[in-house]
Parts: sequence; C-alpha cells; structure tokens
Amino acid sequence: MPSPSNTEKIPVTVLTGYLGAGKTTLLNRILSEPHGKKFAVIVNEFGEIGIDNELVVNADEEVFEMNNGCICCTVRGDLVRIIDGLMRRKGKFDAIIVETTGLADPAPVAQTFFMDEAVGSRTKLDAVVTVADAKWLTDRLKDAPEAKNQIAFADVILINKTDLVAPEELSELEVRVRGLNPYARLHRTERAKIDIGEVLGRNAFDLDRILEIEPSFLDPDDHHHDHHHEHGHDHQHHHHGSGLKHYHDEEMQSVSLKTDKPLNPDKFFPWIQDLVAKDGPSILRCKGILSFKDDPERFVFQGVHMILDGDHQRPWRPDERRDSRVVFIGRNLPEDRIRQGFESCIA
Amino acid sequence: MSDTQVPIPSLADRVRAVNTGAPVVGVHFLGSTPIFVLGEEALLFAGEDGERRVVVHAGAILDSVSDRKRVISGGDDGKLIETSPDGDRRELASDEKKRWVDHVALGPDDAVAWSVGKTAHVRTGKGDLRMFDAPSTVAGLAFAPKGFRVAVAHYNGATLWFPNASGAKPEFLEWKGSHLGVTISPDGKFLITTMQEPTLHGWRIADAKHMRMSGYSTRVRSLSWTANGEFLATSGSEQLILWPFDGKDGPMGRQPKILARAESRVTSVASHPRQPVVAVGYADGAVKLVRIDDDALILARQADGQHVSALGWDSSGQTLAFGTESGGAGILAL
Repeated sequence: MPSPSNTEKIPVTVLTGYLGAGKTTLLNRILSEPHGKKFAVIVNEFGEIGIDNELVVNADEEVFEMNNGCICCTVRGDLVRIIDGLMRRKGKFDAIIVETTGLADPAPVAQTFFMDEAVGSRTKLDAVVTVADAKWLTDRLKDAPEAKNQIAFADVILINKTDLVAPEELSELEVRVRGLNPYARLHRTERAKIDIGEVLGRNAFDLDRILEIEPSFLDPDDHHHDHHHEHGHDHQHHHHGSGLKHYHDEEMQSVSLKTDKPLNPDKFFPWIQDLVAKDGPSILRCKGILSFKDDPERFVFQGVHMILDGDHQRPWRPDERRDSRVVFIGRNLPEDRIRQGFESCIA
Repeated sequence: MSDTQVPIPSLADRVRAVNTGAPVVGVHFLGSTPIFVLGEEALLFAGEDGERRVVVHAGAILDSVSDRKRVISGGDDGKLIETSPDGDRRELASDEKKRWVDHVALGPDDAVAWSVGKTAHVRTGKGDLRMFDAPSTVAGLAFAPKGFRVAVAHYNGATLWFPNASGAKPEFLEWKGSHLGVTISPDGKFLITTMQEPTLHGWRIADAKHMRMSGYSTRVRSLSWTANGEFLATSGSEQLILWPFDGKDGPMGRQPKILARAESRVTSVASHPRQPVVAVGYADGAVKLVRIDDDALILARQADGQHVSALGWDSSGQTLAFGTESGGAGILAL
C-alpha cells in the first residue's frame, strides 16, 4: 500500500466573500454539478442556507496565534482538528471545500496549510476563491476591512450578481478590484454561475504553477474584461513602471518589481527574509520568479504574511527572457523602501 | 527480553500479521485480545481464534481509550460508544446536533469523560452527568490518577476541573498558544500538554510552576508514561525523547534522555506496562523495542514506508500490537 508521502494530497479550496455575496450559491452549484467528484465541505456554523452534501462539517473559525512571537502567524485551530478527523475517512472524498464566514480573514486559513505539518502533509491549499456582490462591493470596500482583505488575498474573484448593476458601474468596480488585486482571475457571474474548472483545481499555491507574474488583465486567457481600466479614471489612479494602477486613497495595494539583471542570492534571501519578518503583518501575499547570477534554473517563491515557500523550478529556456519579477499585495506597503531593497539585490 | 547480542536483533519474523483494510488509529487490549481501532466505523477484534470486525460508529472514529475491560470511542456521528470484550456496543451519549465527539478519557471508578466542541462532559461510575464549558474547543482530556479531577487542554492553557465539586472553581493553568493534548503524571504532580508548535508545556500542579520541553522537529502527537512514572516518552523527533519526572522538579533544568536514533521520525510511543522498555513506531514503518537503561534495540516491524499510527501492550507486557496509517497491522508475542 502506498505511504502518505507518495499519495496525492487532497486539494482544499477556500470560499470567502462578504455576507450575502453568493458563497453558498456557488458552493451548492459546485456540489450539484455532474462531475462525479465527492467533496467534504467545512462550513461555518452560522450558515443560513442548507448544504446538500453527505460530508458537511461545522467549523467554529477559531483563529489561534502561533506561540512564536509573531502576531501574524495565526492558524485556524478548528481546521487542524477537522482535517485530522476527515483524513480518517480518506477515500470517501476527492477534495475539501472550506466556506468561511463573511467576516473571516483568509490568511489564517491559508497559513494553516503551511504551519501545521500534519495538515500540510495530507492536504494542499488549491486556491482562495472570493465571491463579491457587484451591487454592494463598492460600499463594503469602504466600510468593511474584511471585504477588502478577501479581495486582496484571492486567487480567483467572482464578481457576482452582475445582472443587478449597470455595465459602467461594473467596469468601475472591476477597476477598483484590480487596484486591490491585479493578479487574481476575475470572473463576472450571475447567480454564481461559472465553469467549475475556473474555481477548482487551480493549484494557486503550487510552486510549479508559478508561470508568469503579470497582472491577470494582460493575460489573453482572461476573457471576461476587455481592458476596462484603460479609460475614464485617470484622475483616480496613477501609473507605475510595471503598468499597475491603484487608487490614491487605497491603503491596500500591490507593489510589482522587475529587473532584467541577475540577482545575487546572498543578498536577495537575507533581504526578503528581513522584509517579511518586519513587514509580514502588512504583506498579505507575495510571489516571485527569480533569475540568480550563474544559476541556470528559475527560482520561484510565494508567501503569505511571514511564511515563505520557495524552490528551484526548472532550467531557464534558451528563448526565455531571464527577468526577475516579484509582487507584493498588502496594506500600506513601504513601496520606496521595497524597491530600493530589491534593487540592492542585483548582482 | 532477548538472548542475542547482535546489533538490532529482529523479532519481526515472529509477528502475526493482520490486514485491517483501513487506517489504524488506535490499539487496545481487552483481556488478551488485541483490538485495532480503525479510522472509520469499526473495531477489529484480532484474537488468535480469528478476526472479527465490530461496527461501532457511522463514520470516522476520532478518539478511543480503554481500561482493558472496555473500549470507549468517540465518532464524527456524535456518539460516545462503549464496546465490551464480547463486542457488545452500548451508546453512552449522543450529541443531538450530531457534532463530533472529539476526545475521550477514562478515569477512576469507571468514570468517562468526553468532549464535543467547547464542552467537556463527565459521566461518573454511578451514571451522574457533569459538564464544563472551556473557553475554546477542547483539544485534550485526561483524568488525574487520584482525586476526581479532569485536565482539559484548550487555547492558551489547560484547566483542572473538579466534576464532583460543583462549588469549586476550575483551576486555570495559563500558557499562551494552542494546547492540543494533555496528560497528568502517574504521581499526580505534573500536568503536561502538547502544543501546536513542536513543544510540550508543563506545570507543576502544586504551584503552577512552568516547564518547557522543546527541541522537537514536529508536533508531538504521542505520549506515554513509563512503567514506574520515571519518564514521559514522546514522539516528534528522529529519536525517542524521554523527559525525566523522577524528582520533585520534574524535567526543570534537566536534559531529556535521547534514545533509538533513526533516519525516520518517531510517530508513536507505548511504554511497556512493567519494564523500563518503550515500543517506538516510526514514520517509515519500523517498530522497535527500546530498553531505557542502555538503548538496546529489538526490531519488531521492518520499515516499509507505512506510517506507524498506533501501538499498544497487553497488561502483562507479553504482547505488543501495532498498526499503520495504511492498514498494515501486526501482533508480536514476546
């Protein structure tokens, strides 16, 4: 019989979104599609709509600080316990979906998969999927920090209930979402109707799947928006060298760095470790593809707050530009200091 | 134990193999019959006269404990079940909302403790029911050897609860962080918790003096007091870690005994009921018997990549049973 180390890890999808955005609608849609897959579903105990699934577990969203002196190193204690229990029924399900409350912070959920060895050895975080209400998201971004967190943290964002807003309102909203998170896949949906392949099996935390770091709206596969950001709002956002834009009044932002000069690993690693150690609480997500001097292989990394995960990925291809790209999404990021630090890592 | 002097002699060829067909999450003995607790639904009675599968839960079995007269188990079906040596199943409690029965413990005078969410329950030998609401989800339960006290592990510490003294305020032992398991030393002097971090925390109960036991490579998931209570044997590193509890200060300011070094991590420990010997199971499938005095080793199961998940001795210490996450199990008569 195979040992746990060489069997497939169970993928875990995290569904977030503010109250009433349509998380449960999406969840029930995923469960009812004829995909032949079995899911274990972890829902918060205050869920108001019934879930039609055999394996449903109620979670109480207990966020526990790790006892390592780092306030952003938190885990979801209930997930540690529930996943340990669920894995006794391995074989009864193919994937796990975690639905959080509207007020939940996705970071402790994600960090659980990196901080807890037992959870991380049996399961893997697939993606954080955030459902947003097209009509109310703009208001929530103003008055609910949780809603902003959920957008900024997401790998996939569904702007739902698009039938309830005018097209120009929707474009404006997308610009605002892009300002918070240029890298997520963005989809417009009505009643959370979406191809399940767009929300499951994303491998968003898999180092092997870090292919390009480009804002997602430049990706030709992302059909749902046609560069709405290019017109009409010049007074509200400014340009960075990388082409990213964000609202001046936005505390949540992304910082994108790029160089075509090779980096010195002996400078880069101490720099990034120091950066996440000091600014980890304000960095929600980071990702990078790096070209080190005299190194024939691409190095990739990704991180959540203070946790970094990185490795050599594959040899650079002869026809490939050996650019190093790094992106940070976070709150009140010290952009100038980050840029200077990154540039000082050039070999 | 063995008359051979060859390094790591093996008794692995004397093991009676049992194919459980499911992950093993616990091992107990009812009389001389080894009982394998399976990840889902059933207990496997593996007596010499044949194997018998006894269905006790409608779902995962989350925790189990035995006093050698019965097996108590909690399941994700919300049931607390007692199983007798004959395989008779008796429902002791049932959660009306079908919430998981996460933890179980057995105490003096046939008392049973179990937890559902934040609530710890006790059923006394006379059948009286008691409840205690912890500040967060109960992560571990243990009875003190003397007096009617229950240790409850939770976030930011552990609580000593006195189920029969309704006026007595539960004693809160504080230490920041998530405590995931608890045990009390056989002399009743020390309370030890396992934590989310790869460390143990301990209190001397008399004065709540702290002790930290760290240095593990992963979270400690298996604990076992040695026969005379001299050591606490622990999993969590690439060796057997034994913390000394013989003096009045326990392990304070002292180093642990480190035995049975291996390439692979220790996943499960079970002390021999009478002798200074510990059975140690590893992540690579090996099971070894370790003599505490001189680190002499005997191989009881060959490494094969299966994660050893449960170990148990019969009351005389003549028989060791073990099981793995992949369903491989065996019984070794010494």
